[in-house]
Parts: sequence; C-alpha cells; structure tokens
Amino acid sequence: MKFDLEGLTVHFPYAAIYPEQHAYMGELKRALDARGHALLEMPTGTGKTAALISLITSYSLANPSRPLRLIYCTRTVHEMEKTLAELRLLFSHLPPEASRSLLALGLSSRKNLCVHPQASASAARDSVDTACRRLTASWVRDKAASDPESTPLCEFFESFDRAAAAGDLSSFMPPGVYTLADLRSLGRERRICPYFLARQMVKYANVVVYSYQYLLDPKVASIVSREMQKECVVVFDEAHNIDNVCIEALSVSVRKQTLDGAERNLRRISQEIDRFKATDANRLRAEYNRLVDGLAQRGNLPISDAWLANPSLPDDILKEAVPGNIRKAEHFLAVLKRLVKFLDGRLETENVENEMPVSFVASIHSQAGIDQRMLRFCYDRLHSLLLTLEITDTDEFMHIQTICDFATLIGTYSRGFSIIIEPYDDRMPEIRDPVIQLSCHDASLAIQPVFERFQTVVITSGTLSPITLYPRLLNFQPVISRSFTMSLTRDCICPMVLTRGSDQLPVSTKFDMRSDPGVVRNYGRLLLEMASSVPDGIVCFFVSYSYMDGIVNSWNEMGILQDIMQHKLVFIETPDVVETTLALDNYRKACDCGRGAVFFSVARGKVAEGIDFDRHYGRLVIMFGVPFQYTLSKILRARLEYLRETFQIKEGDFLTFDALRQAAQCVGRVIRSKADYGMMIFADKRYSRHDKRSKLPGWILSHLHEAHLNLSTDMALHTAREFLRRMAQPYDKAGSGGAKTLLTEEDLQDMGRAPMET
Amino acid sequence: MGTMTIGAKYKATLKDRGTGGVLRMSEDKFTFTPNDPRSLMKLSVDFQTIKGHKFNKVDGSKPTPALLNLSKDSDKGGGYIFEFDNVGNRDLCRDFVARVLGKYQGTVPARPNVPPELSAVSTGPEQLSSAEMERRMKLLREDSELQKLHKKFVLGNILQESEFWATRKNLLDDETSKGSKQKPGFKSAMLADVRPSADGQTNKVTFSLTTEIIHQIFAEKPAVHRAFLDYVPKKLSEKDFWTKYCRAEYLLRTKNTLAAKAEAAEDEELAMFLKNDDILAKEAKLKIKRVDPTLDMEADAGDDYIHLPDHGILRDGSRETTDTDSELARRTLSQDLNRHAAVVLEGRSADIESTDTKTVAEALARSKKEPPPSSVADDASHERLVKAARMTEIEDLQAPRSLPYALLCIKDPREYFDSQQANALRPLGSNDGRKARSCSLSTDDAFRHLMDQISSVKMNCPVVQSDVALKVLNELNEGISRSRRLNLKNPQDSLLGRLPHRTRDELMDHWMAIQELLRHFWSSYPITTTVLCNKVQRLKEAMTQIYQKLQDIKESAQPDVRHEISQLVKPMTQALDAAFNHEHDQQQKSSKAGSKPNGF
Repeated sequence: MKFDLEGLTVHFPYAAIYPEQHAYMGELKRALDARGHALLEMPTGTGKTAALISLITSYSLANPSRPLRLIYCTRTVHEMEKTLAELRLLFSHLPPEASRSLLALGLSSRKNLCVHPQASASAARDSVDTACRRLTASWVRDKAASDPESTPLCEFFESFDRAAAAGDLSSFMPPGVYTLADLRSLGRERRICPYFLARQMVKYANVVVYSYQYLLDPKVASIVSREMQKECVVVFDEAHNIDNVCIEALSVSVRKQTLDGAERNLRRISQEIDRFKATDANRLRAEYNRLVDGLAQRGNLPISDAWLANPSLPDDILKEAVPGNIRKAEHFLAVLKRLVKFLDGRLETENVENEMPVSFVASIHSQAGIDQRMLRFCYDRLHSLLLTLEITDTDEFMHIQTICDFATLIGTYSRGFSIIIEPYDDRMPEIRDPVIQLSCHDASLAIQPVFERFQTVVITSGTLSPITLYPRLLNFQPVISRSFTMSLTRDCICPMVLTRGSDQLPVSTKFDMRSDPGVVRNYGRLLLEMASSVPDGIVCFFVSYSYMDGIVNSWNEMGILQDIMQHKLVFIETPDVVETTLALDNYRKACDCGRGAVFFSVARGKVAEGIDFDRHYGRLVIMFGVPFQYTLSKILRARLEYLRETFQIKEGDFLTFDALRQAAQCVGRVIRSKADYGMMIFADKRYSRHDKRSKLPGWILSHLHEAHLNLSTDMALHTAREFLRRMAQPYDKAGSGGAKTLLTEEDLQDMGRAPMET
Repeated sequence: MGTMTIGAKYKATLKDRGTGGVLRMSEDKFTFTPNDPRSLMKLSVDFQTIKGHKFNKVDGSKPTPALLNLSKDSDKGGGYIFEFDNVGNRDLCRDFVARVLGKYQGTVPARPNVPPELSAVSTGPEQLSSAEMERRMKLLREDSELQKLHKKFVLGNILQESEFWATRKNLLDDETSKGSKQKPGFKSAMLADVRPSADGQTNKVTFSLTTEIIHQIFAEKPAVHRAFLDYVPKKLSEKDFWTKYCRAEYLLRTKNTLAAKAEAAEDEELAMFLKNDDILAKEAKLKIKRVDPTLDMEADAGDDYIHLPDHGILRDGSRETTDTDSELARRTLSQDLNRHAAVVLEGRSADIESTDTKTVAEALARSKKEPPPSSVADDASHERLVKAARMTEIEDLQAPRSLPYALLCIKDPREYFDSQQANALRPLGSNDGRKARSCSLSTDDAFRHLMDQISSVKMNCPVVQSDVALKVLNELNEGISRSRRLNLKNPQDSLLGRLPHRTRDELMDHWMAIQELLRHFWSSYPITTTVLCNKVQRLKEAMTQIYQKLQDIKESAQPDVRHEISQLVKPMTQALDAAFNHEHDQQQKSSKAGSKPNGF
C-alpha cells in the first residue's frame, strides 16, 4: 500500500498497517527531518523492521537530495537474513524505477561468505581467514606471478581483482537484495569472490545489513565501515543489550596460556626477522620508512592484506609518526618481550587486585620502561610487522595480538576501565587460574564514534524500559525518545506471575532456595502440567547454564522429565552452537508437524538473544527465576561502582533493570503479530514485588492483571486453559468500534483529512 | 482373457501337504496336472461350478504359504485349495479367477486384495471403477468393525452395497487425500536411557535390554551401531558386546572420569563407547547446512569478534570455563535428550519387527545408506528461502498457510478415547490429592450445602413438575455415580470391564449394528419410493432380530452382571422401540389416509 504521512509518500509492503507502526514512522520521520538520533521502543510483534525500512526508503525516494544510505545493524546473522527478506518484500512493492536502482546486501565474515572449496571447509573463522590469506595475500600473488606452478591462488579472488581493476564490479552485482546465501551462489555462478565483492560493493550499496560489531567493535569497524559517509542512517535493531555489546567489545583478558602463546609467537617473529635480515633486508627498511610517515597510509594496503584494525584510535594519531623507539623491528620485539614479562610477573599474585589504567600504565613505565605512547601504537605496529614478515597464518598469532590489544587499550583510555587481577575463579577456588582482566565499564566509549560520525542513529527494540536510562548509559542526546504501546484486537498475550507451586510453597531461584528439592519439584510440576494442556511449542528459560543442567538432571532423576516427554519432545540449548541450532531446527519441525515440543534455554544465552518463538513455535514461555547477573563477579562490582559514581545509577536499580530487561526479552519472543497469541509465566515469587515488576516494559505490564500477580500452579493452569479456549474463538482481525487495530489505505486517508494526532 | 499356467500345489484339505504340479486356467475351466504322473490328483473343473474364491493374508512376519481356495459353494466351504510358491503368483491367479468368475456372475467383482468372503458377492447393477472398489476394500480391511458391519448387512442382504457406502462418503473422500499409512514411531520416553537397577545387597548392577531398546540405541548412537556390525560376531559375542556397552554406560552415568579413563586405556572396545560419536558429528555438519537460515546460530560465530578467546568479559559468571580437551566424551544429559528427540522426530525408517538384534542392525544399516546428501547445493535451495520468508512476514496480512501436520491415525478409537478420558482426569498420577478432595465432603455436609443453596434461591418462576424433576434427578444421580465409578477406577474396572469379554464384545457389536441400522432407518423417511419402502422393511426385520438377541443376552446373563447388562441394553432397546413406534405410526397414518403405497 501507499499512503501519505505528513507530506511524505510512504510505500509499505502490506495491504494494511498497524496504528503503532504508523505512529512509529511518524516519529522516525521527525528524527530524520531533525537530522538527529532517535530512541524508540515498540513491542515485539508489531512489525518494527518493516516500518523502519519502509519509512527510511520512502524518505530518501521523496528527497533526492538525501540518497538512500542505510546501515542496518542486527545482532545475529539470522536476524540479518530476516531483515534482508523484509527488504526484498519491500523492494518488490516500490515503484519499478526505484527498485531497479537500489542495492541492498548483507555482509559477514569470510567464514560465512567464502566459496573456495578448500578454504571454506574449515570450521573456525580464523582458520578460514588464514586459508584465504594464504591464497590471496599480496606477496603470495607476487610470488605466483614469478612461479605460477607451485603457488596456488584463489581463482575467485583473481577474477574479483581483475574486475576491480577494470572498474566493473557493479556488472557482477546488479541492483537488488543479496542475502549471504545469494552472495555465495552469485560467487559460485560468476566465479568471483563474494566476500571481497561484498566488501567493495558496500561503498555503493543503498542498504547494508551487518552485525553490530562491524560498527561497534573497533577491531573490525575500521576495515568495513571506514567509507561510510555522515549522511548514512544507522539503525541498531534489538538494541536492548547494546551497552553490553559495547563494553564487551573493549574488554580483554590475559591468562597464563595467552602469555605462553605470546612468548612462542615472539620467538617465531624473531626467527622471521633474522631470516629477512639475511635474505631481504630492504623490506624491513621500507617498513621503517613507512612508519615514519605515520599509520594513515594503512588504507592504501591491498584489500586482501587489510587487518582487523586497532581499537578506536583518534584520527590524528593515524597521521602521527610511530614513536621512534618501536620503529625498528628488533626494538619493537624487545618492547613486547618486556611487556609480556611484566604481565607474567603481575599474574603471579595471590590476591585479587583492582587497579585503574593510569596506575597500571605508570607501573609498566617504571618496571618495563614502556611509555603510554608506545603502548598505544602496539596494535598497529604489530600488524605492520606481521605484514612485513609476510605472515599468513594469523590465527597462530592470536596470543600476541591479544597482548597488543590490551596494550593499546590501556594506552588509549584512562577512564572507564579497570584492571582486575584474579588468581582463581570464585566458584572454583581450588584451581589456580590467574587472569588479568581489562574490563570496560563505560558503554559510551565504543559507541561514541558512531554517534559522532553519523547524523542519524536509531536505537530500537521491544524492550528499552526505562527509556530514560539508555541515553545516560550511552551518553547521547536523542531528538526523539518514545515508547509505544501495542493496540490489540484481543488480549492475545497473557502474562502471569507464579509465586507458589501446587503445594502452596513459594518458588524462587534466589540463591538459598534454588536447589531446594521442593522448589525443583514445583518447577517441574508446573512445566508438566502446562505441557499436558498447552498445544504445540513451549519455551522455558533458566537463569544460567549451570542451573539448567542441575534442574534438568534433578527432573530426570525424579521422573518428571519422563512424564513431560509423554506429552512433548524435549530439546535443550547447549554451549555448542551447532548442536543448539540442530535442536532448534528439530524443535520447529516438531511444532510444525503437530507433535509439540519443549525447548529449554538460558536467559542471556544465544537463543534468548536472537531466536523467535512466534506462533505455534511458542504458545507459552516460562521464565524460571529472575535472571540476575552473577553478582559476586568482580567485574560486575567494578562496573556498578563506576555507574554509581559517573551516572548516579544505584546498584540495585541497575541490577534489577538488567535482569528484567533480559526476562522481558525472553518472554517477548512469543509474539510476532496481532493474530498471534501466547502466554508468559514469570515463575518466581520476587516478580510479585512492585519494584521488580514495574521494570517490565509497558506493553507487558498493561496485560498483567491484578488477579494474575500471585498465582499457584493450579490457578495458572486454570488461567491458561481459559486463555487458550478464548484464543481459539474466531475474532475480527481489523478491530471493532473506535479502536482500530489494523488500518487500511482508506482509513489512513480519512485520518489525513481529519486533523487529528496519531 | 486367454489362459494362465502356473506352478502350484494342490491340497485336498488345509492340513494336506499338497501335491506339486501345474495349474492351467482358461476362460471356462481350470486343470491341475501333478508333476508325479502316478498321482491321482488330476483335476479338470468347469468354472461354472465355482461360486467364489478365498485367499489368505500373507505378511512377512510369519512363514505362511500363499493359498487360494476356489470354493464350490461360498457358504458351505468345500473346494479346491492351491498353494503357491509366493504371493505374487497367487495374486496373479487370484486376479485371473476373479475376472473369470466376474464374467460368469455378470458383475464386476472386486479386483485384487479382496478380503475373504467378500469377493464374489454380486452387488447389484451399479458399476464402480476399480480404484473406487479398491478404496472400499482397503477401508474394510483396515477397520475390523466396519468389516463386521459390512459382512452382516451387505452380505446378509439387508442393505445394498451402495446404501452402505452412501453414509460413509466422508471416509472415502478422506482416504483419497490421506495416501500413506501412519507408521509406528519410537516412543517418546527415553528408552535408550537404560536405567540400571541395583539389588541393594551386592554391588551388582543390572541393565535390561530388549530388542526395542536395542533398536533405539542403534538409532540414537550410530557409532554403537557401527561397532556392533563390525565386532559382532567376529570379535565379540553379542553378550560381551552389550556387557561392555552397559559397563561404559555405567561409567558415564556415575561420572567417574578417572575410572573411565583407566578402563578405556585397557580396553579399546570399551573406549569406543566412551568416545564422542564421530558419525553424529559428521551428520551434524551436513545437517547444519540445511537448517532454516533464520535460526542458524552457527553462522553468527562468523561475525562474533567479541567472543574471541581472551576477549570480552571472561568471569562474569555467564560462561563456564571448562576445559574440553579431554579425549573421552563428556556426554551430557542435554546432548542425549536432543539426540533422542531428533530420532523420535525422524521416526522409524523401516518396519523392523524382527526379534533378532543382528537383523535389526543390518536392516537399519540398509535404510541408512540411501540418501547421498549433496553438500554444496544449500544456497540455491528453495526450501531455505521459503522458510526464511515465512519467518519474516506478518501473518495477519497473509492468507493462512497450512503446515505439514502429521496425520493422527487411531487404530481403535474406542480404546484410545476411553484411556484418554481416564488420563485427563489424573494427569499427575495418584498423589495430587484429587481423589481425596472428591471424597472429603461427608453426605451431611453436602446435603446442608445443597439446602443452603436451594433456600437462597427465590422461587419466582413456575416450578418444574416434581415427578419430572425426580426423574431427571435420578437419571443424573445414576449418571454421576456411574461416571465416578468409571473414572476413579481404571478402565478395566468400569462397567464394561466387569462383564465377561464375550458378552461385552457381543453387546458392542450389537450396538454398532443398531447404530448403523437406525441411521439407515431414519434416513429413509419420508418414504417416497418403493425402494425405500423395501429397505425399511428389511431394516425392520433386522432390527427385530437384534432386539430378540438383546433380550436373549439379558435373560441368559449371569445374575451378578445382569443389572449391568440391562443398564447397557436399555438405551439400545429404547432406541429400537422408538424406531418401531415411528414405523408403526407411519403405517397407521398411511393406511388412514388410504393411500397405500406399494400395495400394502
């Protein structure tokens, strides 16, 4: 359909639109008009993505002065696929002259894009990268020019290189929508490397869909996102966890194994240097000269040699000359050796130590003689050296890269970080496993460059409550910040708080109660009762892997698991992604064929983050317990302290906020549209307390009836049966009376004529 | 039509060993020439003397010979029995005979797979396609109750074939769309999770394995399956093999890694059971390429630069830092659960019902060999695209899609629903206090409560007549007490369960018959044609017979169950009485009106 939104013609790929989508588009348009950032919370299942891409696309179609440049960041590859599928649908509804000229593509690592039969066979990303470099590095190709027989090259890359030189890459990639699978099959068909093609075409693409980390993680950001202009609109979808992504991107930890590995790496580097000195001393000298000119010319390296770049260095540093005392390869090597030795010494501690970067840098300076400036250049200096030494098996050099990451980070940032040295893991004090952790506490550090570089950044998710907290955590000023509620045709979600088991004893995952057999049994009974009366899929979330393992084992011993299996098949998330993916696939199959299944998953796990359990894939979610973070963690303590001091956010508030957003995220995955329906059970007595409950997003709270705040298993079962019976009745999809929940083109025209606020 | 010559054995009686020879059939007669020229078993029979043919059911499970009986008189028996080497030959002959007989009797009889007794019955002038016929025959074969009815009424000339099927049109239609038969799958309970039982006095632990369990172990653990094929019986005896397997299971279960390591070092076969299943790992690699891209979490790892080793936040309690480099498997319950559910979902690939583990293993191996998976052609796969598209669209705005539901096929509906009813009432076993609750009120309390309720009701509408109310109340009471008896005890203890089996079956048959007859009876009204009138007469006769039989059963019943039987028979006789009354009324009406249809 096509409609008019405050003077803008919007193309929307469906025949009807939800009122909240319409309102969402309105806010988004205002943000684009104001060229500012936006923070928008809209419940899951209301078609955020569709609304977003439709508006942004239509906006640039209507304003030729602002051509479509959209960077759409998703958390996971499968969300990327979904977004691209929606884009495809949208493009098919655009006027033909527009859709004929638009290019949208997904971008991922070599591992997901490589089509070279041997290189792509490796399981890990780093081995694929290495295998690729072995075939495509500039020195390998130079060598092949002189000795074509014994040097294998990648034919896909060669044809890419020819096309790039001839400047007709775009003939390989006509406008359209390219998912990762499309890119791969294109690569196979046209015998061209999809990875490099995609990376090159990103510059010309109208829409780029990729992972958060390509913008947020400085290690990767600068290679793929360097060319993006200021006019780009950046969208972070499902962004409720964005602060965690940011701080993780800037955190590094050094263990004993890392240091041992780094020492091995250094020995190998020193051998290589000796070898080059004997054979090709010019190469080292050329590198020295290059470093005098500064790092800025790194951009001129051939595309196949580019490295994961350094942690967000300000631009001026890049033009600066590398400090003289690490310009020579041997000198730099000596510096690294001293650094590794210093860190090794610090690992010998018996106590937990907590230090700020400033004092840590000072002690490095006094004990190892390395100043802050040298530390800051470590990362780039190392990569320059590895390039010069023609090292292709980069995955072997992970350890020394980690050390250099660490050095660069402490050399660059003086606040927002702390260094925590722990001799052993708290939960296993008998095993000595010392670790130096550099942990970032300030999410704004990683995301700041993004806010500065792009004029419009949209942060959106189903759960951003409380919406005022995010601008503080990320330190930015949104021009639009709004939370939408859901207009419902019928009460299609049914949240319940279950506080007691069928024996009226309270249930909770509070530390002192969670292993109580009574609680375990009550939880099991709850699931069993629900499994026998809820059709199709049920999803259960637990607070952690170890808790899930424990409780599933207990259920197995009690025989509850066997009883559950009489009703539904059981699938479990495991730390192994392959196995979990297959389990999910089978889970969906079981739901499709009517067999019904239960999926056990972990809050904060990979499944909770990205997999939808909509429609029959999830008629009920049970959240067992409140997913608090592991509060004894030193890192969390340090972060809480930092938040309190810097942003005046109280510890308890932050912990509750964090736990509840995870819980809301878990249960929010059951709803996809208004025709969908699902129940959510919060099984913990703590949810009945107002301070916890009130942190849930508004669209859940508004359906949480007073009567459902303190249920026992029997009552919950009764409510569930009643709810399911109600949902089975036919209903009027468009909504009746004054509250329309589905707007058609005519409705929108009417709204346009009547002067009313949407 | 031509002739047919085939090798067969002629048997004078069923028990007879048979005489080998050649059976020749032409359009008008068949001859049998024994191989042994001295034998007296020469035959030459005109097809005109043959009234019907029967054959036995041959399935793979038992070594039954394929028989064909050409009977001179379909009711009395007595005929020519031939035994064939295999079913194929027999079926050829049977089809030939069926056609010949059909010609003689001026009908198109059912073609292949006709169940016994039914074949040569002429069904009137209607012409049916062979496919239609086949479908009906298939239905009859699959549903024994339907077959009984068919036999009773159609063969008993009470209903016509077409009349019989007219009320079952939906069955015929459904059947066309249904296609394949549902195969039995694995049980969803984890059978392979063999639970050891200790006797408590010695240190002995007992595992018990059945063929069913072994089959499931093979399906869930391909490495064990492969080892079985490799080792048994060349290297190990079957018993030793399973002993080792159980030993390994025991070690895994007790999580005694040290002991496991020690034993594995000594015994390579045992070590095999403790290692990771490499076949599964390989399969997983192939399968991951075909999963729905909207849930492919493996691909995420490719874009994950945070969780590099030593990056990100290490000790925040969300990740377990365990060393996974141990060579022996750290197989967990979760992995077993996932694997088990996957196997259940896949279902049994073949009907393996053999009792011999070796054959089970081999059959499984055969069925597994088939698909040579294409490893690369994942991207173009249309299915993946469709799946991804389906996950993205907003469903209110689309026409609903039909999902590939697996059809539910219930063999014996009565038994199934009876057991379900009992299940529904006690979902959590016996210890949930439900029983206790239902009995906790004393009669006095209940009475008082009822009185309170009643006294609070204002009587402002005309009260029902007391005798009607009493009747209703009595009936309800009876119903309640009966259903309570039914529900609280297990189904065998129910009203039906206490009757002798024979009587119960007989009653049920009659009930089915009555239902069928009544359905036809009531649908014949108003009587407009002679055909209907005749039909009603026939139905009435049949109903009278059944009525009589019911009375007989009632009278001949043992005194201790007589009450129950009369309870059961009552609704049946009432229904019949209603029919008789109606018929009687109609008769009177029509005779009063003077219009005598069909000369009555």
